[in-house]
Amino acid sequence: MSLDLNTIWFALVGVLFTGYVILDGFDLGVGVLHLFVARKDGERRINLNAIGPVWDGNEVWLVTGGGALFAAFPNVYATVFSGFYLAFMGLLCALIFRAVAIEFRSKSPSPRWRSFWDLCFAGGSTFSALLIGVAMGNIAWGIPIDGRGEFAGTFLGLLHPYALLMGVTTVALFAMHGAIYLDLKTEGELQARVRRWVNPLIIVFILCYVIATLATLLYIPHITEAFRRQPWFFGIAVLVVLAIANIPREVNARREFNAFLSSCAAMAGLMAIFGVGMYPNLVYSSPLPENSLTAYNASSSQGTLRTMLIIAIIGVPVVITYTVSIYWIFRGKVKLTKVSY
Amino acid sequence: MDVLLLSRIQFAFTIAFHYIYPPLSIGLGLLLVMIEGCWLWTRKPIYHQMARFWTKVFALTFAMGVATGIVMEFEFGTNWATYSRYVGDVFGSALAAEGIFAFFLESGFLAVLLFGWDKVGPKMHFFATCMVALGAHFSAVWIIVANSWMQTPAGYHIVGEGLKARAEITDFWAMVFNPSSMDRLSHTIAGCWQAGAWLMVSVGAYYLLKKLHRDFALRSIRFGLTLAAVSAGLTLVTGHSSAEGVAKNQPAKLAAFEGLWDTTTRAPLLVAGWVDEKTQTTHGLAIPGLLSWLVHGDAEKPVEGLRATPANERPPVNFTFQLYHIMISVGFALIGLSAWAAFALWRGKLENSRLLLFLLTLSVLGPQIANQAGWWAAEVGRQPWIVYKLLRTSEALSAVVTANQVVASMIMFMSVYLLLFAAFLYLLNDKIQHGPDETDLQPAGKLKLPFGDNT
Repeated sequence: MSLDLNTIWFALVGVLFTGYVILDGFDLGVGVLHLFVARKDGERRINLNAIGPVWDGNEVWLVTGGGALFAAFPNVYATVFSGFYLAFMGLLCALIFRAVAIEFRSKSPSPRWRSFWDLCFAGGSTFSALLIGVAMGNIAWGIPIDGRGEFAGTFLGLLHPYALLMGVTTVALFAMHGAIYLDLKTEGELQARVRRWVNPLIIVFILCYVIATLATLLYIPHITEAFRRQPWFFGIAVLVVLAIANIPREVNARREFNAFLSSCAAMAGLMAIFGVGMYPNLVYSSPLPENSLTAYNASSSQGTLRTMLIIAIIGVPVVITYTVSIYWIFRGKVKLTKVSY
Repeated sequence: MDVLLLSRIQFAFTIAFHYIYPPLSIGLGLLLVMIEGCWLWTRKPIYHQMARFWTKVFALTFAMGVATGIVMEFEFGTNWATYSRYVGDVFGSALAAEGIFAFFLESGFLAVLLFGWDKVGPKMHFFATCMVALGAHFSAVWIIVANSWMQTPAGYHIVGEGLKARAEITDFWAMVFNPSSMDRLSHTIAGCWQAGAWLMVSVGAYYLLKKLHRDFALRSIRFGLTLAAVSAGLTLVTGHSSAEGVAKNQPAKLAAFEGLWDTTTRAPLLVAGWVDEKTQTTHGLAIPGLLSWLVHGDAEKPVEGLRATPANERPPVNFTFQLYHIMISVGFALIGLSAWAAFALWRGKLENSRLLLFLLTLSVLGPQIANQAGWWAAEVGRQPWIVYKLLRTSEALSAVVTANQVVASMIMFMSVYLLLFAAFLYLLNDKIQHGPDETDLQPAGKLKLPFGDNT
């Protein structure tokens, strides 16, 4: 792999989507667990306020990732978004409902109003996580692409077992990540209940991960091939396992922040494995691999990639600086105040 | 119905619904900066109370804007894949810049604006408010630059032919400063300021009608009206220069705006009217020569009529004509209203005129109608092109999406948006009925007066 503009943008789009899954991953995960870990109204408000100041900014990573994909690889953006039409409309619906549920839930004291929006928040979060996983599963497995670079499959064809497995794995991963985040942000009875969820979720995730990895090695030769070419990337897989194994240790030692960092590192590692496995393909075409969309045949012109790189070099460090500052401002346990949800 | 029509309806519906909210956020964002600035400057608790109340309203419009905005970005790819491939190289960099410079700025500092009152000092909070307002304005910049490029493409060349053809950027700054972008940007921003400003005026007038929160209401009207009057004037100025640009760069669109069929000197301006597209005639109240004079500064100079454009390259005329005239009429009505209200406020007679207060309460609808009509006129007037003279709307669709799929998504959007809109109105009304919080007149914690060392 050579370090040209196309490769840089392949990596940068990957970085943006990695930022998205790490950040929105925990707030979607909080949604997945919402109905289970928090019983009383006050606890559910704590849940919402744990992600309150940041979920909106987290979702921007998806918008920017999508924008960067549009800009750097318009053919991929066009093919995937039109090909996954119904799935993406479902994702939009879930994300809107979830956003609205967070805003509206606590605006009326009626228990029926609140439990309706709780359900929307949990359902929207779980469905979003599932669809993101299914989409990634399809990208890894390969989708039928015709000679014009258009999607040649059907909606139901996207729901094959491997994609569904990836969907479930993603829900488990986000739930685990969300539980670790909640452990960091809550206290007392709620925190004790959250902590009881962490280990089982880790086990569920590891099981899914092992099955998904076996399925990948058995059925997806182009990814296996990529690892054979770059064997040192098995090192990342080992680091992912170590990072996940470190989580229960940190949770037990009540170093919640370290546990959360481990979880973030594991997710970054998983995305790196995904990226290396795919490179240089952005969309792998199966059954006709020659129609695959790659970082080279689906990209914008060199001029645009260069302009965007300048934009990114100026913008991204600034974004990271103030994102970290904002997380710093809102560090510590959640307290309900009059500006809370 | 075919996929083309369905996709156009869906896009029009989702963008029109989205376009209710960002203008409110842009206008209110600027007003929040003004109010919070006043608070820091004078330390009068009433400004703190105002900042708290209007921040809540801002948060609501902002949340709606984000929720409906993600949809827009997805739809380029889902419904208009051919268009996305065609313009990705040009449009994409503007969109990426919008994400990196605008959206992160807005949503990041929004956290501090909404939830940070007790976590940071007043100056830091003011900084966050400024950043959110700046981000909101930035996001308008990039999206309007991209849309203006679709109206007046510049700084590109076409690569490939037939289905493989696409536009590639040759000059980034020529793309950014394409012939229409600055006119349209300034005009749109002025319209956005009006949207936020008239909302503030409207709520204040409503309180005065109901004899509630008098001090709060009068001060809100003063802030709102100042921005409303300034931006109503700016809208006129920028609107005029936009129209000159349209006459030069998109003559068919200007001809449709005014229902002008034949190229003629002393071209008339219609105050109101009706275009009969079958007989290709326009009836209405016309002022002879005014259009020529407005476009060229000389009534004896010719303005190009619709017949100069081949029939298959003309926009729908009457629809465009009516939208344009709605925008103009409402725009002038708002200028008149702002002058009347400013005069009454100056003479201290605002509270006596229930008619004026009633009109001011309704004024919030004015910029919404004008903004929508203006945006629609600009977009419909560009038809049948999606990218002017380069790509037809009918050729820009996704090849693989079927009518049934679009019907399904349209039903989904319509029902979800209906629910959203109902919830938005309910919550907005709830906040207005609740009114400003009395406890905000005694700022506590880090905001306690006089400010402590933490500032």
